[in-house]
Amino acid sequence: MLTINEIQDEIIEEFSVYDEWLDKYEYLIELGNSLEIIDESQKTPDNIIQGCQSRVWLDAKMDSDGTLNFKADSDAIITKGIIALLIRVFNHQKPQDIIDAQLYFIDEIGLSANLSPTRANGLLAMIKQIRYYALAFNALNK
Amino acid sequence: MDIQQIRNDFPILGQKIYGHPLVYLDNAATTQKPQCVLDSIMKFYTLYNSNIHRGVHYLSEKATEIYENARLKVKEFINAKSRTEIVFTKGSTEAINTLASSFSQRFINPGDELIISEMEHHSDIVPWQLNAQNKGAVIKVLPFDDRGELLIDKLENLITNKTKIICVTYASNTLGTVNDVEKIIKIAHSHNIPVLVDAAQAIQHLKIDVQKLDCDFLALSGHKIYAETGIGILYGKEKYLEELPPYQGGGDMIKNVSFAKTTYAELPLKFEAGTSNFVGAGSLHTALDYVDKLGLENIAAHEAELLKYATQKVEALGGITIYGKADNKVSVLSFNIDGAHHYDTGMILDKLGIAVRTGTHCTEPIMQHFGITGTVRASFALYNTFEEVDALVDGIKRAQKMLVG
Repeated sequence: MLTINEIQDEIIEEFSVYDEWLDKYEYLIELGNSLEIIDESQKTPDNIIQGCQSRVWLDAKMDSDGTLNFKADSDAIITKGIIALLIRVFNHQKPQDIIDAQLYFIDEIGLSANLSPTRANGLLAMIKQIRYYALAFNALNK
Repeated sequence: MDIQQIRNDFPILGQKIYGHPLVYLDNAATTQKPQCVLDSIMKFYTLYNSNIHRGVHYLSEKATEIYENARLKVKEFINAKSRTEIVFTKGSTEAINTLASSFSQRFINPGDELIISEMEHHSDIVPWQLNAQNKGAVIKVLPFDDRGELLIDKLENLITNKTKIICVTYASNTLGTVNDVEKIIKIAHSHNIPVLVDAAQAIQHLKIDVQKLDCDFLALSGHKIYAETGIGILYGKEKYLEELPPYQGGGDMIKNVSFAKTTYAELPLKFEAGTSNFVGAGSLHTALDYVDKLGLENIAAHEAELLKYATQKVEALGGITIYGKADNKVSVLSFNIDGAHHYDTGMILDKLGIAVRTGTHCTEPIMQHFGITGTVRASFALYNTFEEVDALVDGIKRAQKMLVG
């Protein structure tokens, strides 16, 4: 299993082939479309992260090996593509590793504007929520 | 009107964004500033900067003169009866908050009613809600139809002897609809009810004559008509402004202060507590002169052509839903690509150098009316060109291909 930073480096490498913005977006759309679909029953008000631009749903479970399993969705496809990347980074990692992680790949691939608090696309809140889940599962484990 | 010549007046328009020429179509959010406005701000700080009113020295007198001349310019621009009816505010939001607070204190009692249109911007809803809640008053909604036209015929039915004020936008920031405010005012006045007109989206497109309209209050923002941000106007008929209590307390709005009793300044200073944005006021003067020089009717004619052209071309693409199909519109085009999210569309257009706005546009009740979470909004101003509309249409085509295949 790759570490969080190994996965981040892998993503940076993948994006380095794209010079054009819209090519990056094409790739994100592709990722968004291939993201495992979250069950409609899990799109509950509890799981929604409301942004005024796009909405994000996030659900988390702990697997038997003590790692976390995230499922997420968004009504906007490019947002969903970024979510797919975040899930790839954080899925099947231990709660403590998620808490300790420095998230640098989004900045590196030029998508940091999407995490601006004023964008209100739900992504920043989603990352916060991923960390809260990690903290909660970590506390539960002790 | 020579648009290329006009574009030269706006230095910001010449830039490239992500390698593409900037196509600025977010004018309903804020307009760009001509060089003369930028120069007026620089000139003020370079030559005249000083706090206004009551200064005995030369610079203060000069700054006061610039501020008060700006007030006279606004008075002429909207044809108010007197300069005392022109209150400087931060913008239309502050203008409406001022009115909502002062009007409610003076005129609204428990059980009273306010009528607000369904297509208002949040800034013409929330201030009234806050004050209505405090006073135990009720808000009634004047609805619009699916074309985006207000159902003015329903107004009579909403009015009761408890109706205290009617608040309506002159032009919708989301749908573009120009409302028949004259008709609404006539109906309201036949019941002795005053009307607030939110002109934030009208002032830059339509000739407004407050005496002819006979509106009782009007709110507007300077930055929507090529002036600096942070300056706006609350117009009110003198008979009302005289009766309303001040909104905020502080310097400039008082006559005498003692701990036993404070008396307030004459209009309009009663409503201008603290140091006003006198630089902004000066920039508004310059901006209104600029608009006058070009002629608002020429600007409106050009914008109408742009809107017509854009609407036809976008409709011709197919697979697009346009929101707001009123007969009379300002240059606002709200739409969604069927099957695509407005946010995705906006992000793709952005990377093509095209600035549009996406989301609810601070009009969630309009979104609820149509059962949508948002739209993409392109809004045109005097400096936009037909080539820019073509760029928008190409961008939408591109986004459509990427998002729905």
